[in-house]
Amino acid sequence: MISRLLMRRESLLPRDGGGEPWLVSLIAVLCFLACLAAVGALAADRAAHGWSGQLRAEATVQVRPRVGETGAEAAARAAETLAGVPGVAEAQAMDRKTAEALLRPWVGDAVLPDLPLPFLVTVRLDQAAPASAVSLGRALARAGLDATVDDHSLWRGEVERSANLITLLAAAAFLLTAAAAGAAVVYATRAGMAAQRALIQTLSLNGASDGTIAGLFQRRYALLAALSGAIGAGLAMGLVAALRFVGGADGVTAALPLAWSDALWLSPCPPLAATVAFVAAHFAALARLKGRH
Amino acid sequence: MPVQPRRATQSASATDTVRLSGVGFGYAATHRALRDVNLTLPAGSFHFLTGPSGAGKSTLMKLLTLVERPDSGSLHLFGEDATAAPRRALPAYRRRMGVVFQDFRLLDHLSAFENVALPLRLTGGRRDDYAANVEEILDWVGLGDRLDDRPSALSGGEKQRLAIARAVITRPDLILADEPTGSVDAKMGERLLKLFQSLNRLGTTVLIASHDEALAKRSGATILRLEGGRLIGGAA
Repeated sequence: MISRLLMRRESLLPRDGGGEPWLVSLIAVLCFLACLAAVGALAADRAAHGWSGQLRAEATVQVRPRVGETGAEAAARAAETLAGVPGVAEAQAMDRKTAEALLRPWVGDAVLPDLPLPFLVTVRLDQAAPASAVSLGRALARAGLDATVDDHSLWRGEVERSANLITLLAAAAFLLTAAAAGAAVVYATRAGMAAQRALIQTLSLNGASDGTIAGLFQRRYALLAALSGAIGAGLAMGLVAALRFVGGADGVTAALPLAWSDALWLSPCPPLAATVAFVAAHFAALARLKGRH
Repeated sequence: MPVQPRRATQSASATDTVRLSGVGFGYAATHRALRDVNLTLPAGSFHFLTGPSGAGKSTLMKLLTLVERPDSGSLHLFGEDATAAPRRALPAYRRRMGVVFQDFRLLDHLSAFENVALPLRLTGGRRDDYAANVEEILDWVGLGDRLDDRPSALSGGEKQRLAIARAVITRPDLILADEPTGSVDAKMGERLLKLFQSLNRLGTTVLIASHDEALAKRSGATILRLEGGRLIGGAA
């Protein structure tokens, strides 16, 4: 008697040794792909923020010398003026040698000596409270300098738009994968219920409500999906760890920098997969049961 | 000793467990499985439903278990009109019935104990609350030493008794048994009949659908006869 009380109750739904391993494999692959999409989105967002931050921390000023003033003198005066503007950490006139070094890979040595180069000042902005392009322009105007300020907002906007697009695409891939997993569970539920038709009728005639019967299927498939989610997330975590280990902070490419914390972001995959399966099986089972008498 | 059953009557009463009025049913427009069936089973009565194959016995059982609904007429169960009961109301009716299927409908992946406990488990019962009852009822049907066996390890007669134990574990108001002696020998048939009579003595309304008219006559129960989908009367 006591041993009977301690015994675990067998599930009312028998195991489907044929279909369940396939379902676990399929959902595990889908979860793996969803995890890769999530990691891709994280890495793209991280890269975009890094580049955007670098661009936001700098500005470039092009100075046009006035009559009676050399370009180098105008650039030096501009650098001195800008260094005194609040929100500027450092301003440095770019000498011709540095400008030529930047252009050499593109135009070669032959034409560089004859090429008229712009007179530039590179400005490093205070990260905490950076000066705006407008305040830099006003300071230059007050100093009587003819100059154009480029705060890289054009590039920054492009980078941020690209990052947002990648994040959206990754989110769409994630949602499509979740929908595919849900569809697989709906199909499995319908097949499972067709195979267990006699069992369902027996349960029903013994007083089981539709909710109770649907609950058997939704619990079964939620558990299977949680297992699949753990397998898929585990594989994705392993891949992220390997890439991080091999490639360092940049991962395999600077465009997708990986962090150890990315693996932690994958940990909700099993409960998410279980939730998707639970909801899909719930509605599939109830719809199927309502189709009966 | 057989219990003297109450006779079936045609008058409606609040104490009637089952009342069918002018019930008709067909699986196809051209084939009527039941025609104008009028039947009343008072609470605590014991009836046999006989008739040849295809007479409509199993169809009538399906109507009484609400697996099918009448095309015409009305069906009252436990004093309530169940003719068009919504699906969500079915469990409440079925929890007051114990159904013994011709093919047993036992769950092969569960032990004998778990099979009998099924109706209690489905209503949220706790194992420690029902374990003693389940063991007692399995003892009562002579399967006290087969608690942990799967149905596949039981003989036809043992499966039948297990199915009966499951049907009665909740002490239902109505027992419906479809050919419960169909797969057992005459001796076991008599033994199963005694089980049903014992249940009837406790106040349970019993309706047994069977080909075995000799057994029905020996039971002393009211015999109802279906032919061609019509109830043509009965003899005690």
